Amino acid sequence: MEKTKGSWKSKLAQIYGKAGVLVILLIMCIILSIATDTFLSPRNLINVVRQIAFWAMIGLGAMCVIITTGIDLSPGSVAGVAGLLVAGAAQNPDTPLVVMFLIAICVGVIFGAINGSLVAFGGIPPFIATLGTQITGRGIALLISNGRPVNGLSDKFVFLGAGSLGPVPMPIIFLAILSLITWYMLKYTKTGRHIFALGGNEQAAIVSGVKTKFVKLFVYIFASVLAAISGLVLTARVASGQPSLGDGYELQAIAGAVIGGTSLSGGAGTVYGVICGTLVIGVLNNGMDLLNVNGYWQKVAQGVIIIVAVLLDVLRKKTSK
Amino acid sequence: MDKSKVLLRMEHISKVFPGVVALDDVELTIHPGTTLALMGENGAGKSTLMKILVGLYQRTSGSIVFDGKELDTSSITKVIQQGISMIYQELNPISNMTVAENIYIGREPYRIKGIMLDRKKIVQDTKALFGQLGIEGIDPRAEVGTLSVAKMQMIEIAKAVSYHSKLIIMDEPTSAITEKECQQLFRIVRQLKAEGVAFIFITHKMDEVFQISDEIAILRDGRYIGTWDADNLTQDELVKNMVGREITDMFPKEPAEIGDVKLRVSNLSVKGLLHDINFEVRRGEILGFAGLMGAGRTEVMETLFGIRKADTGEIQIDGKTVKIHTPEQAISHKIAFLTEDRRGNGCFLNLSVQDNIMVVNWDMMKNTMKQIDYGKVKQTCDEQIEKFNVKTPGAQQIIGNLSGGNQQKALIARWLYSDPEIIIVDEPTRGIDVGSKSEIHRMLSRLAGQGRAIIMISSEMPEVLGMSDRVVVMHEGTITGILNREDATQDVVMRYAAGLENQFR
Repeated sequence: MEKTKGSWKSKLAQIYGKAGVLVILLIMCIILSIATDTFLSPRNLINVVRQIAFWAMIGLGAMCVIITTGIDLSPGSVAGVAGLLVAGAAQNPDTPLVVMFLIAICVGVIFGAINGSLVAFGGIPPFIATLGTQITGRGIALLISNGRPVNGLSDKFVFLGAGSLGPVPMPIIFLAILSLITWYMLKYTKTGRHIFALGGNEQAAIVSGVKTKFVKLFVYIFASVLAAISGLVLTARVASGQPSLGDGYELQAIAGAVIGGTSLSGGAGTVYGVICGTLVIGVLNNGMDLLNVNGYWQKVAQGVIIIVAVLLDVLRKKTSK
Repeated sequence: MDKSKVLLRMEHISKVFPGVVALDDVELTIHPGTTLALMGENGAGKSTLMKILVGLYQRTSGSIVFDGKELDTSSITKVIQQGISMIYQELNPISNMTVAENIYIGREPYRIKGIMLDRKKIVQDTKALFGQLGIEGIDPRAEVGTLSVAKMQMIEIAKAVSYHSKLIIMDEPTSAITEKECQQLFRIVRQLKAEGVAFIFITHKMDEVFQISDEIAILRDGRYIGTWDADNLTQDELVKNMVGREITDMFPKEPAEIGDVKLRVSNLSVKGLLHDINFEVRRGEILGFAGLMGAGRTEVMETLFGIRKADTGEIQIDGKTVKIHTPEQAISHKIAFLTEDRRGNGCFLNLSVQDNIMVVNWDMMKNTMKQIDYGKVKQTCDEQIEKFNVKTPGAQQIIGNLSGGNQQKALIARWLYSDPEIIIVDEPTRGIDVGSKSEIHRMLSRLAGQGRAIIMISSEMPEVLGMSDRVVVMHEGTITGILNREDATQDVVMRYAAGLENQFR
């Protein structure tokens, strides 16, 4: 048990489990810096990181949910609803920023509480429950905007997404703050440790006095709040409330989390992994753009990467048994 | 041993499951600083009694006084807090967390209350705990999933101690660990006993019972037989008291003509599970398999049927060597296997009786166009239902709605349609009402009479002894005895099952 026999498959999985994503990321960067002369330019790099910041913010929440063996398909829609409501408030130049954040957080808590209750108390499989809120949420976004963008947002609000502190764009700063909060929550709070316990062995967690239903409720709320904040920053970045904002982001986020080593069978996941994982997707997209790869092939490549990452996760589980 | 003090007193405990009385007016007393071995055959009620004590089951009636107070058994957590911990046979650590986290889960200390956990403190506390218990070589920061079973067990004991448990219950603690690890376990047990902690061991291993326990309590068929000082009880008396019931005439095997050897298994081994299994079964014969839980009987059949992979061994049918690597191959050699866990891997509970009967027989339902012929399906099902007396409103009834006995009869109908020549039944009458039970016994008898070879695993001693022409007895993955019907009495079978005797050593 302590040493696993070395078939090449298990070795591959072990190596990937330890350093994996970072190595893949570095290899991709090296190849691209040789193949193109634009990849390493500061402007391009900052672009890549800013682009993945939104996925990664959602990915942090997706990771927490996946650690408990759940899944959340709704964050894209939550980001959309939150973005629109915040945009509505931001049309008035006198609305303080705090109010906008409160609106976003409220949207997150409401959606998260619905998801969490359906899963923890209603006993609905997370995939179905959150698919339902995803579709409902998108419908609500279209209803409140009547399908039209919300424009004329105040400058101080737009700064939250489009501005930068020194050379660092605001979305990256938000990602850094949310990453720190998530890391701390997982490592230094009881709820955080119980998230891992729940994913590791739910039955044992119950016997040990862990309030598993509360923990489930919490992760869905946490994930939705992160999604809502991501929606706020993204709305500021594009300086307009868009009803289709965040569409499909949940898939990039989940893919990033899984590529970064979050185990779909629960119990394992890191903040560092989520960031590296979403970077892999970002660099891949960017590299293929720079190399003028046909956009249809880009989709194919993304799909393959996700499958390979999950396959490695499955192999890792098998060999550690 | 100080018998004047009483730590735990369970009185008049009864537990009724729907249709079954699992415990009937059972009592148990344990004194501080002593070890009590709880013994009994499979199904005697040992586990049920312990599950009632730790709050996993709620008792139907009776009282439990622990440490001078009425014990609150409304939840597992409450029982742990009152000072009773149980270490389960199937350990349940959270394998992705560290040793220290596993011990302190659910009561993690904070460095800043509500805001920041104290991760150093639990590591230090764990070290102190291990030091106190003399446990060496386990890093509190190691992930539990990377450790051996014996080490996980030490961690569970340490966890029990950290709750200041006054009573620790261990279910088959030595079944998965080596002799050396076992001695280390016993050393810790003795040390804790000296500090006043009491233990209840549930075990099947006779030598250990006398090595570690002060008292031995025996249950039989859900009833309390008595408690003895370990020093005043011989192994023979122990076995007699565990078995001690009269054989009734409930299980008649009708005489059948015993023919040629149908199936011969030689040198079958599976690493860590089965060792050198040899037996044969003849046409017309019912070969019983007796043994205690975990002796490996089901595993032999699973290997024979191609569910498990054998490391060595040869299987001959009608004198010809055959290769069986998958259940499909086994079925093609006309072997049928009625599994032990009817609800788990026998029935498709949410499908109809028809689908359940047909699942292994669809191939025979095709017409000349290779389509499924539903006319034939309906006719066949109705015939099978009639033949095996399955009480159901119709073939379309969902099987989950039938009684256990009728589910079992439907499964027999499934396996017998293909006309198998070797029939393996694993605990064919467990949890089944008396009426269906004797019906199934008559069925097996009749099948043997038709010249089929039958292998029957059963943990019910009277069933094995009443039905079998010969009895194979297993103990810890080996066959310890093969007894003829005349020689197989309860005492003798029990002695082989407990490993006290072995024909092959």
